[in-house]
Amino acid sequence: MKPESRELPLETMELQMGPSHPATHGTIKFNLKLEGEKVLDCEVEVGYLHRGFDKMCEQATWTQVIPYTDRLNYVSPLINNVGYALTVEKLLGVEVPPRCQFIRVIMSEISRITDHLTCCGMSASELGAITAGFYMIEARELLMRIVEVVTGARLTISYVRIGGVKHDLPPDFAEQVTQAFRKIRKLLADCDRLLARNRIFIDRMSGVGVISQETAIAYGLTGPILRSTGVSYDVRKAQSYLVYDRLDFAVPLGTKGDNYDRFVCRIQEIEQSMRIVEQALQTMPLGAVSLDDPSIVLPEKEKVYNSIEGLMHHFKIIMEGIQVPPGEVYFAVEGGNGELGFYIVSQGGGRPYRVRVRPPCFIAMSAFHEMIKGYMVADIVPTFGMINMIGGECDR
Amino acid sequence: MGEESPRIQYLSETFSGMILESHAFRGDETVVIRGEGLLEIVRFLKDDPKLDFDFLADITAVDYLGKKQPRFEVVYHLYSLRANHRLRVKVPVEEDEPAVDSLTPLWKGANWLEREVWDMFGIRFRGHPDLKRILLYEEFRGYPLRKDYPVNQRQPLVPERPLAGTFVDTRSDDKLLQLKQKLGHER
Repeated sequence: MKPESRELPLETMELQMGPSHPATHGTIKFNLKLEGEKVLDCEVEVGYLHRGFDKMCEQATWTQVIPYTDRLNYVSPLINNVGYALTVEKLLGVEVPPRCQFIRVIMSEISRITDHLTCCGMSASELGAITAGFYMIEARELLMRIVEVVTGARLTISYVRIGGVKHDLPPDFAEQVTQAFRKIRKLLADCDRLLARNRIFIDRMSGVGVISQETAIAYGLTGPILRSTGVSYDVRKAQSYLVYDRLDFAVPLGTKGDNYDRFVCRIQEIEQSMRIVEQALQTMPLGAVSLDDPSIVLPEKEKVYNSIEGLMHHFKIIMEGIQVPPGEVYFAVEGGNGELGFYIVSQGGGRPYRVRVRPPCFIAMSAFHEMIKGYMVADIVPTFGMINMIGGECDR
Repeated sequence: MGEESPRIQYLSETFSGMILESHAFRGDETVVIRGEGLLEIVRFLKDDPKLDFDFLADITAVDYLGKKQPRFEVVYHLYSLRANHRLRVKVPVEEDEPAVDSLTPLWKGANWLEREVWDMFGIRFRGHPDLKRILLYEEFRGYPLRKDYPVNQRQPLVPERPLAGTFVDTRSDDKLLQLKQKLGHER
């Protein structure tokens, strides 16, 4: 055999990964163009979980949209609830009582921790670090129990109401959270020992899925992916809402914009979120958890069952919906994956005319081919894992 | 509707004929512009140091069937990472062959967002590199977020099999047939 013909023939191979690949948690398809194991191009197909969120919202009253928002990013449903309620309240021109604002902050941050723990834990276990994965899921479970105690459900929580929250926190809430956080800090310290100096984990994550600052901005990426490139954009700091401006927390930043930086950003944000919750629990005032406005908030059950006025009031809000003035607003909160924006158009009356969600992970998936081009097929798993694509939010 | 902010004033001075309307509702600044000027104005918004809108947050559309003329509005949400301000830019679009210019030359992120608007509203984006459906499948007929698309309209890729003891909504089938006839000329 002549020496020059010894090289293997290089032929571009097309490979379809998905729509139900074991490592793609969420239904999504990658149409890959490969040269050997190197990814030349990657076309992403989404939409397998499209339920018509926007169209459903147009049929529902303002309050009936809240359960639909639970099912957007279902690993941090409380943030979606809060984002939607704040947008409608902006349209109404009202502000909820201070205690309610604190409750919303606390529950949002607990949700953010569960989001980050899911993302990091799953990514770690996909790379073989199953122990660390289970530790993080155990930590998440501690918070899920608290969420269940407060809201009555684990995922489909529907806790936030327009003009308030469903009810106040349970009396021993602070104690439960403190205990859970103590255990979570211990579990995260264990995870740190398992991962931070783990050669396999670092080799798979570091320098993989790199995206530059310019590209990240050109694609409109937000959240941990943007912050891992060193851009300090966090909606909680930039356009502060609720009581975030009164609480002290840092925005962890990366430098390289690779998977490892995204992982570290998320892990550090967990600590920052726990700090926010602890501060909020200390400074939280007593008082009402809902607005005192009968045109927005439902009456107490006792009044509904025992007086005709209460019953009529309840009936009007349930059947006709809260009367929201015509107008259009955009409002963004910091979701687990980035800027979660709601654009709502009202034509007046009890139902929204148009509800649009700016889904952070849909936008992150649109830049996926930039992150994976030139890397190996096996790098798709950690890169996709650190985007934390949630089908419900991406496909709506 | 508040006073005009300096940013909107500056913009209307620069593009006097292109701005149809501007307002600020609940602190959200909005400009409504002519479709012809979209690329030029948005490029100015992006590059001008006083405005500095370097971040495209969102693109979507609204169907004002029977409420407004023209029927559609494409809505852009811009944000400035450095100056920390937001702006909503709206472009009215006619019902017949709705189309606007694509923003993909300015932001790569416009690609998927515009595909979604095409998918849901059937608004074309001139100059888009690969305008095709994104959340729905290519065989889908019609544009579901248009207000005249029936809400219980099902279009399964594989025909639904009536199983013993399950309820099949026959009205849905009739509507599918009607819609296919109505849209028949498009394909």
